[in-house]
Amino acid sequence: MVGETARVAPALTRQDFVSDQDVRWCPGCGDYAILAQVQKVLPELGIPRENFVFVSGIGCASRLPYYVNTYGFHTIHGRAPAIATGIKSYRPDLQVWVITGDGDALSIGGNHLIHSLRRNVDMKILLFNNRIYGLTTGQYSPTSEFGKKTKSTPFGSIDYPLNPISLALGAEATFVARTIDSDTQSLSSVLRSAAHHKGSAFVEIFQNCVIFNDDAFKEVTDRQLRSDNMIQLEHGKPLIFGKNRDKGIRVKDWKPEIVTLGQNGITEADLVVHDEHSADPTYAFFLSRLESPEFPVPLGVFRSVEKETQDQLLEHQIKAAQEKMGIGKLEALLGSGDTWFIKGDTK
Amino acid sequence: MKKQVEEKQDVVIRFAGDSGDGMQLTGMQFTTTTATMGNDLSTFPDYPAEIRAPAGSLAGVSGFQINFSTRDIRTPGDAPNVLVAMNPAALKANIKDLEEGGMLIVNIDAFTDGNLKKASYAANPLNDGSLNRYEVYHLPITTLNTNSVQGTSLSKKEIDRCKNFYALGLMFWLYERPLEITTQWIHKKFKGEIAAANEMALKAGYHYGETAELFKKHYRVPSAKLAPGKYRNITGNEATAIGFVAASQLCGKPLLYASYPITPASDILHELSRHKNFGVKTLQMEDEIAAAGAALGASFSGGLGLTGTSGPGLALKAETIGLAIMAELPMVIIDVQRGGPSTGLPTKTEQADLLQAMYGRNSESPLAIVAPSTPSDCFAMAIEACRIALEYMTPVIYLSDGYLANGSEPWLLPTIDSLPKIKISHPTDAATFKPYLRDEKTLARPWAIPGTPGLEHRIGGLEKENITGNVSYDPKNHELMIHLRAEKIARIAQSIPDAKVFGKEEGELLVLGWGGTYGAITSAVEEMQKRGHSVSSLHLRYLNPFPRNLLKVLNSFEKILIPELNLGQLAFLLRGLYSIPVKSLTKVQGQPFKVKEIINGIEEILKTRKVETWSEKRLASPQH
Ligand code: SF4
Repeated sequence: MVGETARVAPALTRQDFVSDQDVRWCPGCGDYAILAQVQKVLPELGIPRENFVFVSGIGCASRLPYYVNTYGFHTIHGRAPAIATGIKSYRPDLQVWVITGDGDALSIGGNHLIHSLRRNVDMKILLFNNRIYGLTTGQYSPTSEFGKKTKSTPFGSIDYPLNPISLALGAEATFVARTIDSDTQSLSSVLRSAAHHKGSAFVEIFQNCVIFNDDAFKEVTDRQLRSDNMIQLEHGKPLIFGKNRDKGIRVKDWKPEIVTLGQNGITEADLVVHDEHSADPTYAFFLSRLESPEFPVPLGVFRSVEKETQDQLLEHQIKAAQEKMGIGKLEALLGSGDTWFIKGDTK
Repeated sequence: MKKQVEEKQDVVIRFAGDSGDGMQLTGMQFTTTTATMGNDLSTFPDYPAEIRAPAGSLAGVSGFQINFSTRDIRTPGDAPNVLVAMNPAALKANIKDLEEGGMLIVNIDAFTDGNLKKASYAANPLNDGSLNRYEVYHLPITTLNTNSVQGTSLSKKEIDRCKNFYALGLMFWLYERPLEITTQWIHKKFKGEIAAANEMALKAGYHYGETAELFKKHYRVPSAKLAPGKYRNITGNEATAIGFVAASQLCGKPLLYASYPITPASDILHELSRHKNFGVKTLQMEDEIAAAGAALGASFSGGLGLTGTSGPGLALKAETIGLAIMAELPMVIIDVQRGGPSTGLPTKTEQADLLQAMYGRNSESPLAIVAPSTPSDCFAMAIEACRIALEYMTPVIYLSDGYLANGSEPWLLPTIDSLPKIKISHPTDAATFKPYLRDEKTLARPWAIPGTPGLEHRIGGLEKENITGNVSYDPKNHELMIHLRAEKIARIAQSIPDAKVFGKEEGELLVLGWGGTYGAITSAVEEMQKRGHSVSSLHLRYLNPFPRNLLKVLNSFEKILIPELNLGQLAFLLRGLYSIPVKSLTKVQGQPFKVKEIINGIEEILKTRKVETWSEKRLASPQH
């Protein structure tokens, strides 16, 4: 349930969430598609427009708040989750969205990301992963492939990339999902689920940077290739993929294995059944390790579990303190501790 | 036989021992009782950065000094009249400060060969004549304490831990103080046998003084003639925390304090965490940067966002403060300064972050700076910091220091009506709202907060177009905005009181100070005035902008001396701003000024013909 309903929201449309600013991403950038889906999903949530806050860091993705007609704060590199934590802590009535990129969230802001996830701060974090630094004109990022040649790595990157989903799960995020800019349906469905999640919702969005890293996600965006290279996660359904939906994932010796249905007596019953509500993140972590090219890339919701949120815990403590000690009175506070009187000459 | 009583005006005692000996606690207990007896007092805790440095080592010596008096006093005292040394290391580290002929009480049980060696004593100072200049009392405190704690099943170690109460009891007798407050405290703090043992030790120490032949007399320090009213003893950090709670009440906004543990600022976080019933939200964030970010986030959403730290943390917060300047949001950043650079001297005091506060950010990024002058003044200046931040929509740096933070003094509680009112308004009219349309008088921009229908807008770190707040790269607009931001900070001066001169408003010498040096400077100037010199002082609590009358006051004196616990940062600012010759008196030892040091500085400048300007000096000595 979305709790942020201060007043009865008038029926809103996509247009209500379009700001008067010209959008300034490169033509063909994947960010456009994401912006469009965000603007489509927001009016569906039944939250008054004034109760949304979009917070971002620095990078191409982080310009998004300027284009959404809600309250917005374009902050500093990597710090959006920290600033958003302050907003949500102070104003639990607001719905807070954090817009970030792979450099912003995973490099300079890595610390804030993991700690806001572990605290289960109730905010939606959209990480636009294009595996490159776009705004600084093309250096490798923490998600760039090993050996990648970029402006700053003419001989190839010697840094091992990190997997954002594994990181979020390791940080105990209560909602973790992955989607793609070009898949409108998956994108809007994941955004909707994230919006409805109470707690930290972490969404990795594969985003194409046409200028500096075009086609970085070709294997999952190309119509010819994608069905063989991705698994659409559906809660309660077995992990099946492939053009003919005849391939699946099973576990053997604690390891994933690709099998073909109908071969060697394999049936759906042998496959892993997706459970996004599993309390233990081990399964979701296992899923997150399915990486191309060895395995199809899972898309959809990896994990979605309930846990008291940071703002709820904070409010509860305050309420409990007020019940126990009474609402604070300034006079009593000033005079707390050992006090004494000095008598004056009564004239 | 009743012992003789001698009356004294003021006494400075220093308790010194191993970090594990409970000297801070002993000092604090002596302070509480002394405060409630109506003496004026000032305290100075001085402890090592290591929680438990090796027992008996010089590095592990912890000290607590208290100056208490029948008169109005302002400092913890230059030199102790009495030193209580619980071991050789404590003696070695502190004896140089004890006044000539001062009283020295030593725990001779701790003067073992091992401990003497740890304190680097070649010979036992207790019998080599090196202490002949003092009135020395050799007391086997450990043994006396063990003998006094009877009929308990506590271990020897636990019993030994009571010995600070034994020493405290003795000092209570020596200065005619009652035991009740400490006894009550013991029973609140400890339970069962430990409480009983501590109480026994305290009483035994007291009775020892009364009965032992060793002490021929004891002392009475009558209460001071303080202004009538209700008092409490307060440290700077406590006053800071309470001041912020008060500011939150006065402006009607709950406060959010985000911080990361750092000495000597952590006590503010501890204190505020206790006041949840005031709606106070405290966040211990993952780092200094996040703490600043969370505070700014609270401000963005319409709150009173505060963050607290010390110098190293202020460096990390610089980027967020820059954003607060650009976004023009209210925010208070507390810097409890300590010795630096880098990790420096975590538990020692210094005033060397003034220029960092003033300029430690990229580009032209002015903000307001205030600095409390005494532990209790922290309360008033905390409120002022919030008032300025909220009225002018700006970050404000509140510069305290380790000396103010941990030092304490009696505080005459203000009445609630006497506190300033802080008015805040948030726009609601969509037809007239423009994010950067400024108030004519203050130049503050309107603070439209999320949740207000129709005022949805975006702000951020990119340069703003004047009035609309839209992103703008226009060269002329940028220049205009730089000037507007500077002008807004300058206009804060219209809302701050004139600085008050202590002494005559014109004359030969003005001693100008800021922050925690107030007590030492004022005492020194008062002394020089008594000796008939034409000396006045001015203490700045507002450092950016300065009070409007500052230049006028500076021009009313022939010479200006600026004592600072840095290499002359305020002096640097004034030379730059007003092109006036000033002389610096600097000290960077991690210790506050002694009154004597300032008196010496004053005597010296009074002897010189005139204060030279920088360039004159450079001409005179080319090697500079
Ligand atoms: S540089 Fe890449 S990510 Fe940035 S706007 Fe252009 S296409 Fe998009």
